[in-house]
Amino acid sequence: MDRLLDVRQLKTAHLGPLDLALQPGELVQVTGASGSGKSLLLRALADLDPNTGQVMLNGKPRDAMAPVDWRRRVAYVPAETAWWGERVDEHLPVDFARAAALHLLEQVALPEASLGWEVERLSSGEKQRLGLVRALLNQPRVLLLDEPTANLDLENTKRIERAVRGYLAEEDAAALWVSHDTLQRQRLGGRILTIANGKLEVTAWS
Amino acid sequence: MELISLSALDLSLAALLVVALAGLTVWARMGLGRSLLIAGARTVIQLLLVGLILQTLFDHAQLGWVALMAVIMLAVAGYEVMARQQRRFAGLWGYGIGAVTMFISAFAVTVLALTTMVGPTPWWEPQYAIPLLGMLLGNTMTGIALGLDRLTQTVWRERRTIEGRLAMGASWSEAVTTMRREAARSGLMPTINAMAAAGIVSLPGMMTGQILAGAPPVEAVKYQILIMFLITAGTGFGTLGAVWFASRRLFDTRERLRLDRLKPGRHT
Repeated sequence: MDRLLDVRQLKTAHLGPLDLALQPGELVQVTGASGSGKSLLLRALADLDPNTGQVMLNGKPRDAMAPVDWRRRVAYVPAETAWWGERVDEHLPVDFARAAALHLLEQVALPEASLGWEVERLSSGEKQRLGLVRALLNQPRVLLLDEPTANLDLENTKRIERAVRGYLAEEDAAALWVSHDTLQRQRLGGRILTIANGKLEVTAWS
Repeated sequence: MELISLSALDLSLAALLVVALAGLTVWARMGLGRSLLIAGARTVIQLLLVGLILQTLFDHAQLGWVALMAVIMLAVAGYEVMARQQRRFAGLWGYGIGAVTMFISAFAVTVLALTTMVGPTPWWEPQYAIPLLGMLLGNTMTGIALGLDRLTQTVWRERRTIEGRLAMGASWSEAVTTMRREAARSGLMPTINAMAAAGIVSLPGMMTGQILAGAPPVEAVKYQILIMFLITAGTGFGTLGAVWFASRRLFDTRERLRLDRLKPGRHT
């Protein structure tokens, strides 16, 4: 099968060297003790931290793509999303498709009006759901999700899981999903990578 | 009108005022007496030295000496900019960004003013060149130091916002726009305020000096206007340049935010 994301000898100051490949449509979970380097792995893949190694998307090397294009296609969604404007819609891609936005909002149980909400008044759960929506509006090929349901109740957690699964299936995209929750691990299924001391230690199937 | 020369006795009387103030702060246990006296002594020594150097420079007016003096002034101003940063760039950049942008802005504006507006012969006549350059460097230095300090502080504080924008596909320049605007404003505001208040709230020092020296007020005012415009231009171009270079330096070629290029400076 084709490799969507192909990582070889990825190395940062605290990580690696490690190899990794994601197939189209695949959701791979990442676990490991806190401080083991899960977030650092996602940040390195999004090219937010200095790193070396060969990283390719659809066979195209990262260095051949502008950083801006890379980060739109390989989207990092941190556990705590950052907000800088006053209203939610100031944080969306300039040319986002309205229909796509409505479709995504519906999946995470937020009304259309939430696009005009004031950031100041968002709850941490709303921030997390809207943070995912805004990232998906860039139509990334690879999603790097850092505990995307950490601030959510079970109902909304399951909504996010379905939304991501649905997106991957529709777009033939792939995701790396950092999770601590054992039950979530079982629900999501698929390949599980464990990081310890900055290296990928175990690869298991759930 | 002739310039009234000040005698040593006149200066001593003025010094007595400072000593009296120091005495008062000691009596009130405010802990300022020592600093006041040391600063006062430094004023006397530094200004007398500079007076001697300027006198020598004027007596031996040669381009080489004027240039040497200018370079020394620039070197000290560059150090001063660096020392005023709480978080400054590691390595040569910490010194270089301030010194290079000051060189480009303050030097260029001074040379332009000397060759086209003031027009002494020769154009580097030290009596004009050194005071002009001094005023420009002094103000540009403050503007650049304020601008750079504000830039590095806000970028440090807002790093999550910046990386959030990068992750959403913004370029380094878009990601740092608001911090850059704030930094430029903080560097330029003192100069803009000084222009707005000139003559109403305060009589600018240079104009006052010329009037005391016997120049007709209107002539002094014309010089002051020229100087203020030059200072604004020098400070403005210098600050914008420094903030731009510094913000670029905060990102690498892959447009990653590189806070590791800053190191903690003196905490004030």
